[in-house]
Amino acid sequence: MALDQSSKTRVFKVVGTRPDRPDGIDKVTGRARFGADVVAPGMLTGRILRSPHAHARIIGIDTSKAEALAGVKAVVTRADFGDAPDHVADILDNCMAGAKALYDGHAVAAVAAVSAAVARKALRLIEVDYEVLASVTDVDAAMQPGAPLLHEGRQQETVPHGMSGNVMSRVEFGHGDIEAGLKQADRVLSRTYRTAATHQGYIEPHACLATMGPDGKGDLWVCTQGHYMVRNTCAAILGLEQGQLRVTASEIGGGFGGKTTVFLEPVALMLSKKAGRPVKLVMSRSEVLRATGPTSSTSIDVKIGMKKDGRITAAFAELRYQGGAYPGSPVDMGSMSAFAPYDLENVKTVGWDVVTNRPKAAAYRAPGAPMAAYAVESAIDELAKGFDLDPLEVRLMNGADEGTLASYGPTYPAIGLKATLKAAKAHPHWTAPLGKNQGRGVACGFWFNFGGDTCVSLNVTPDGTVTVSEGNPDIGGSRASMTMMAAEELGIPYDQVRTIIADTGSLGQNDVTDGSRVTFAVGLATIEAARAAKREMCKRAAMIWGIDAEAVEWVDGAACPAGPNAGKFPPMTLKEIAAIASNTGGPVAGHCEVMAEGAGVSFATHMVDVEVDPETGATKILRYTVFQDAGKAVHPSYVEGQFQGGAVQGIGWALNEEYIHDKDGILQNPGFLDYRIPVASDLPMIDTVILEIPNPGHPYGVRGVGETSIVPPLAAVCNAVSAAAGVRLTQLPMSPPRVLAAIQAGG
Amino acid sequence: MTQIHVTTRINGDATEFLCEAEETLLDVLRDRLGLTGTKEGCGTGDCGACSVLVDGRLVCSCLMLGAEAEGREVSTIEGMANGDRLHPLQQKFIEKAALQCGICTPGILMAAKSLLEHNPDPSEEEVRYWLAGNLCRCTGYDKIIRAVMETAADLRRAS
Amino acid sequence: MRYEAPQSIDAAVALLVAETGAHVLAGGTDLLVKLRAEMIEPEVIVDIKRIAGMKAIIAENGGWRIGAAVSGAEMGEHAGLCADWPGVVEAAGLIGSTQVQGRATLAGNLCNASPAADSVPAMVVAGAVVRIVGPKGARDVPVIEIPKSPGKTTLAPGEFIASIFLPAREARSGDAYLRFIPRTEMDIAVVGCGVALRLDPEGKVMAARVALGAVGPKVIVVAAAAEAILGRALDDAALADLAAACSAAATPIDDKRGTVDFRRHVSGVLARRAAVIAQSRAKGAKA
Repeated sequence: MALDQSSKTRVFKVVGTRPDRPDGIDKVTGRARFGADVVAPGMLTGRILRSPHAHARIIGIDTSKAEALAGVKAVVTRADFGDAPDHVADILDNCMAGAKALYDGHAVAAVAAVSAAVARKALRLIEVDYEVLASVTDVDAAMQPGAPLLHEGRQQETVPHGMSGNVMSRVEFGHGDIEAGLKQADRVLSRTYRTAATHQGYIEPHACLATMGPDGKGDLWVCTQGHYMVRNTCAAILGLEQGQLRVTASEIGGGFGGKTTVFLEPVALMLSKKAGRPVKLVMSRSEVLRATGPTSSTSIDVKIGMKKDGRITAAFAELRYQGGAYPGSPVDMGSMSAFAPYDLENVKTVGWDVVTNRPKAAAYRAPGAPMAAYAVESAIDELAKGFDLDPLEVRLMNGADEGTLASYGPTYPAIGLKATLKAAKAHPHWTAPLGKNQGRGVACGFWFNFGGDTCVSLNVTPDGTVTVSEGNPDIGGSRASMTMMAAEELGIPYDQVRTIIADTGSLGQNDVTDGSRVTFAVGLATIEAARAAKREMCKRAAMIWGIDAEAVEWVDGAACPAGPNAGKFPPMTLKEIAAIASNTGGPVAGHCEVMAEGAGVSFATHMVDVEVDPETGATKILRYTVFQDAGKAVHPSYVEGQFQGGAVQGIGWALNEEYIHDKDGILQNPGFLDYRIPVASDLPMIDTVILEIPNPGHPYGVRGVGETSIVPPLAAVCNAVSAAAGVRLTQLPMSPPRVLAAIQAGG
Repeated sequence: MTQIHVTTRINGDATEFLCEAEETLLDVLRDRLGLTGTKEGCGTGDCGACSVLVDGRLVCSCLMLGAEAEGREVSTIEGMANGDRLHPLQQKFIEKAALQCGICTPGILMAAKSLLEHNPDPSEEEVRYWLAGNLCRCTGYDKIIRAVMETAADLRRAS
Repeated sequence: MRYEAPQSIDAAVALLVAETGAHVLAGGTDLLVKLRAEMIEPEVIVDIKRIAGMKAIIAENGGWRIGAAVSGAEMGEHAGLCADWPGVVEAAGLIGSTQVQGRATLAGNLCNASPAADSVPAMVVAGAVVRIVGPKGARDVPVIEIPKSPGKTTLAPGEFIASIFLPAREARSGDAYLRFIPRTEMDIAVVGCGVALRLDPEGKVMAARVALGAVGPKVIVVAAAAEAILGRALDDAALADLAAACSAAATPIDDKRGTVDFRRHVSGVLARRAAVIAQSRAKGAKA
């Protein structure tokens, strides 16, 4: 759906305001029901046994003692599952290990029992015979010939002969001639950057409640970013028909990409099937950190040539991402997004997808992009400073615009990168004075945004209120946004619409809440569903009036006679039409089923001031401002919330968050004590500047906003810390020991 | 195993329950009393999602045994509103978009309520340090801190 | 597992003697974490909070006797204690969150026997004395003698800590505790340092105690650091000597929280900074 021609001059009545969220009262009173908050009659408690080894062959599993324990109703191992179809084979193996345990925390068995205490006891009675194997967790080490191998025969043909069998695939993007471009440069900077694996860190652990009968019908309550995905994946793994498995999404306590796959769900269904009773499975925090998907750790080489005036002549990056125990790191998206903010004649990226003995990487907010942007934006910053150039000017000079051939292939329509850079340059933050040991950093970031399969059903009730059913779990306030767009389109007040997240039995296929797609795609479908309902209501009014339906238009919440009939009849409001719907053809509804396209790429520029304690290497964030293009901000408070939340996750990634493994591949920090996400006292207020460059692919110009905000902060903070410390940092996290060592070494 | 009989008051109501010795107050609230507004984010006292007041003192209910509640007064999120009247903090959190996913919200509201009872005029830094044990991964804390500061100011004006 | 909440010290001791697998519960902020992680599986948990005196802070001989179940928050709200031993109160106040402060105790922090326990270096330099009760009656022991090795104490079977005594604060004396953590809150100390000083009328150091945490298997009393500043005004040179002595005394390890080099260096940095605070308090500054 294209941007409405009228939208540039349109005065929105609901969109752009800040109404209260419909789920607000439930969430502030404790009534909202999250994954672990429900019970079912006869419910059992499940628990999962996990590998204590990072890499081990499973010789055998003896569950007989656990099965004999009073109160144990089912024990499940991989043997209970048949062969899964190829597209879900790795997912099943990740949910329940087959021949090998591939990482510390890999599930090897599960029990369902009458209480948590019995289930815990049962786990200790399961005897697993492991042959412990050598493991590897570092991406560069895993690529070395002779590194311990996780899989056999899975390397794609894109990988040259002779590389480690842990290298799964190679991707390449770009255009122009790198070598020729580098020759034109006044300086060529080559650097290697490293980032640690970080976890999404949602506060709600994974949880589900499964009921599975012997008739192949199942019900699942689950906290997920996509219950249709859960249905389809579980159905494939368990050999069920999709239509027989009904999945209901709970309120979701954060996801950030980490709840876009399954971990517990197939196991819970299998336990329930064997026990003949409902089974609830809830992860502990340590299980979340050990066994659900963090993002990749990376090692990235960047080579950029720049002229003295700041013009980039060539840009090259080689990206190595380990994606944990199975193929599928986001190195492809990292490679595509690395130079996406720039208009470059000569650009090339090469990406390597590498497996290691870590939990399988899951999506994490703009998967793959923050690390790539960290490397590229650090290099550009260092080059600009070397030539004593304004880093914002250098980015403006090289920045992408409408018509730019993007490094990953497409040609951009209207985009907002330069608007964010100009806004940053004009902001008082940019010229505010800095004190001793303080530094300022800027960086840009890009994200693709996605559309995808979407269904919305909009129903008009007999009293003329409106219900919207959509199929995407609401993480950041999307029910409010859908309600607003429906109200806007129908010309009725916000409080006359209620939006719910429907279960998988109620709508057609919906893609996952990911790719910053929901406000864009579900919003688009909501608007289209409202338009369908309006057309129907105009038809009903035309019927009453005895005129052609084409001669009726919808204005301010009412059908009005138009054209030659204008003024002949008083307008019929939505409520009036609803009241007589039964006599004019039956209930009024509108719906939309669409594969949404035209999501519209998104850009941001971040600016941050830090102070580094030269004696301890500790970094304090003093000031932070986000400049991002939102297309059209539907609910500005929630747009700001996305900007702020992404920025702070990025700050955590830059400064303290990391997966720490010992030499045997055992995770050393599976808890919030030592997996250090930012706390309130670590931070200042996060200022935001919303720019609105309409997305040509949405009726109101909406772009996704959720992910881009995590892309720039890694580099922005690094550039600020490097300025404050007087030494260039090239590895994340910039933990105090690392910063202090750099200061002492280089000063 | 003999269960322990505990007599307590929860949100003002006389409440009796049976629990195992190893059950935490959080387990009791959620699994025995159906008070699932109190959340478990970590079970180790590192996230604050399970914050409740015991005899007026802010604690993590995951770090207290259910049996310890004998004779105590426990306040949870379910008791924060007065009937259909939201507490000013609850109202402000909705108005100022101080929640996104909402999983940390009950714990943060309990902690913020406790703060304002101790200190009706906290500085931004005092709010941030008081709430440092309440992890939020969605908001970056900005709107939470603002909501608490604004509620404090409203309450001072009203008193 | 059983839960017992005895009303007297004798009843508590009897329970602890009867069961080898008994654990004492005061604030529970470490105990419950270990229970959940299945690191311990006690036969019985002995909750001492219902014993008279355990929740009391009592003036005694010019100092303060702090019951074993007094929480960090309660200490922070006690004006007299805060005035006399601000370093100890601050150290206790650094343990965990506001929520943890509502429960965590000095005695528990000490008995958990973590090398990184925040309150222990502060108590050591304050000259705190622990009152232990047990089957053989009560005995008083300096804090420094309680930790034995990581996770282990010198308490005999059946014994527990009933109270901790902080002596009278002497004239022209002051204490301070600082720790380094990667974030601003919620972390375990990477390095901790307690300093207590007594100044002569000219402002020179006439007595000093310096203790380091998290840089050895248990708290380290750095006699050389105290000697380095004895009889001197705390000028840059004296502080540099103090710092050097602390860095030299530290015997840290590399782990997930820090490196050997970092901990050695920061031991000196914190000692210097803590000494300056202790000095200002000795000169009359309020905490």
